[in-house]
Amino acid sequence: MAFLDRTASSLLLSELVSGMALTLRYMFKRKVTINYPYEKGPLSPRFKGEHALRRYPNGEERCIACKLCEAVCPAQAITIEAEPRDDGSRRTTRYDIDMTKCIYCGLCEEACPVDAIVEGPNFEFATETREELMYNKDKLLANGDRWEPELARRLELDAPYR
Amino acid sequence: MVKVTVDGIDVDVPPGSNVLQACEAAGKEVPRFCYHERLSVAGNCRMCLVEIEKAPPKPFASCAYPVNEGMVVHTDTPMVKKARAGVMEFLLINHPLDCPICDQGGECDLQDQAVGYGRDGSRYTEAKRAVKDKDLGPLVKTVMTRCIQCTRCIRFSAEIAGTPELGATARGESMEVGTYVQMALTSELSGNLIDICPVGALTSKPYAFVARPWELKKTDSVDVLDAVGTNIRVDARGPEVLRILPRLNEDVNEEWLADKSRFSVDGLKRRRLDSVWVKRDGKLVKSGWEDAFEAIDARLKGVAGERIGAIAGDLCDAESMLALKDLMSALGSANTDCRQDGAALDGTRREFYTFNTSIAGIEAADAILLVGCNPRREAPLINARVLKRWRTGGLKVASVGPVADLTYPVEAIGEGPAVLAGLLDGSHPFASVLKAAKHPMVIVGQGALRRADGAAVLASAWKLAETVGALGAEWHGFNVLHTAAARVGGLDLGFLPGAGGKNVAAMMGGGVDVLWLLGTDEIDTTKIGADTFVIYQGHHGDAGAARADVILPGAAYTEKNGTYVNTEGRVQRGQLAIYPPGEAREDWKILRAFSGWLGKPLPYDSIEALRDRLETVNPVFARLDILPRFGCADVAGPAGGEMSPVAFEPAVANYYQTDVISRASPTMAECTATYVAPLKAAAE
Repeated sequence: MAFLDRTASSLLLSELVSGMALTLRYMFKRKVTINYPYEKGPLSPRFKGEHALRRYPNGEERCIACKLCEAVCPAQAITIEAEPRDDGSRRTTRYDIDMTKCIYCGLCEEACPVDAIVEGPNFEFATETREELMYNKDKLLANGDRWEPELARRLELDAPYR
Repeated sequence: MVKVTVDGIDVDVPPGSNVLQACEAAGKEVPRFCYHERLSVAGNCRMCLVEIEKAPPKPFASCAYPVNEGMVVHTDTPMVKKARAGVMEFLLINHPLDCPICDQGGECDLQDQAVGYGRDGSRYTEAKRAVKDKDLGPLVKTVMTRCIQCTRCIRFSAEIAGTPELGATARGESMEVGTYVQMALTSELSGNLIDICPVGALTSKPYAFVARPWELKKTDSVDVLDAVGTNIRVDARGPEVLRILPRLNEDVNEEWLADKSRFSVDGLKRRRLDSVWVKRDGKLVKSGWEDAFEAIDARLKGVAGERIGAIAGDLCDAESMLALKDLMSALGSANTDCRQDGAALDGTRREFYTFNTSIAGIEAADAILLVGCNPRREAPLINARVLKRWRTGGLKVASVGPVADLTYPVEAIGEGPAVLAGLLDGSHPFASVLKAAKHPMVIVGQGALRRADGAAVLASAWKLAETVGALGAEWHGFNVLHTAAARVGGLDLGFLPGAGGKNVAAMMGGGVDVLWLLGTDEIDTTKIGADTFVIYQGHHGDAGAARADVILPGAAYTEKNGTYVNTEGRVQRGQLAIYPPGEAREDWKILRAFSGWLGKPLPYDSIEALRDRLETVNPVFARLDILPRFGCADVAGPAGGEMSPVAFEPAVANYYQTDVISRASPTMAECTATYVAPLKAAAE
């Protein structure tokens, strides 16, 4: 009997028909592709994109050179050097992230006691050369200045779960 | 011995021990902040609480509770755990939560013990205490808000350093540690305050915010900035040495380190010789190794062996000195000298130039005579050992030479050798003190030997030691205190003028045509003859390099594997922590390479082969780290002479700048400005 069933099914092209039926059904459903870069998908507040160093509202940089992010970084992408600033406070003289090494795990963000280093929503930072992906402190602080409203909003949204 | 049971483990401890020591003997960890095994017991942090059976049902501070026979101690009962958590919560009430900006972070006792013994959160919501920071000078940085009032620093400065400058004012929550009147700490051991502070209240000022402990690569080494041979740990990150910490060695430095050795690290990065320089037309020009060797080779052509000389400096390792000595013999020269200060050290017998009593042996002495010697400036850790002995009572110390504050009472019995004659014939009252003493010590400093009549002073000091009975079969009380780490090593391998050889003074003023300086910077370079061709091999651009015709860049002590012999005659090895900068190479390799260039290769190609040769030259080099105590078998003294009546001069004028490394260090320059300049101004 099984032999007859299989023969009838292949002669009548039933598998092909059911496949085509599925295709036909999707023609009437909503599209899932978007017209990137003119359209973009939604991002979670926890999305881990390009790094930024934040400032306090009075313009003082948050980073205190505790080096916890450097210590926790599993890819060893962060390099920090510090010394006392003229007013005696502890500040970095160098804060480098090698973005080619970074694996975007977000541990730096979690280790930071003052919410200085964060991973922002920006994922469009492709460059033409490798060198441009060696971020220094100026670049990271500039990122922070540019994205601050977004960054603050994301931290606020994620705060209840931390 | 007293029998104590700790958590079911039976231990025997000496009577008079405290419960904490019994717990340690049983291998049980007891948290503590104020207790330190080398300081007196304060018992004020209350962290070391334990429970004792058949005693009032309360936790006992184990550091301040003596053991009894048959005592049963528990260190992990619920009551102990709860009591410790409570103490920790109280300690943290006024301790700021600034671990991320604290330099102690990562090596902090409070941090570790809060994790190990504290509660998981704080219930304290009221305002915290804040304390104004004190200025303790250029070495120790204070953040007094972090202080937990364990008083370790107060006890250290009074008991170990001997400069009771720190103290506490007020009590309870308002208690503050400080110097009463604002002043810089005057101790040469102030850096140890940083190590003993269990929190981040006292940290290193030059090292502030520089690195975290987990970033550092740690290498065991030996200090060379004085002749004590302090055991150190060199902490380096990448290509630079960031800090130096002491290592435990009960026989040498216990767990302390002198300030110069600790804080001159920044001198290792400055004024370094990192390339080869050759003088052409009166100007030093950067060149390659071949050019330098060619220039030396060209100058050496046709120069007789007795017109070539070599002087070894204060920081050299034994390996490089031996290589230089062998090179000189290959060139037919016997003009070698390691006594660049001209001290009349007698190399004929080891007893004539070492600290025979040994540093640990000081603790048995009961009368000490210092001859032209200021141990506080020349070897602060030996001075600390004398103070440790003095504090146990019954020690009499007298000094012949410049009057100085040595942190313990010293009878100043004269300024010059005339007093020695008085002591020798027994007419001076202190002679009877020495004679009556069971273990008398005579310590001769470099200030007494660096004179025209140095040999005579050495001989009469030996004679005096013999007359007062310091040279017995069980006790050797004759000591020479060196100031240079390389000196005893140099004398051990015979880096002295050979048969018919010239000493340093004879090599000056055109005594030789070619002069090889191995890190020699303490000689008066203006006295070198104008036509003398000077080769300087060393690591810092200082006096020697300024006069040189050829500069060969060598390695500093953190950058090479080297053997050093301290003033006791203890042979110790330092290890390479970082590589030498630029073109610089390990010193023995430079000498070996040059000997090969000359076509007279030295018979060793590896440091092991060189060390085998060291052992053949003098078997003491085979005995690493161990110093057998010995009595005096032969009381025949060194050759003497006539003593002049001139008073002894201090050997070390400025403790903070005695060698090329400390002179290149900005921290040491700051210390000189803080401590030495005001004294000089006051004297004028």
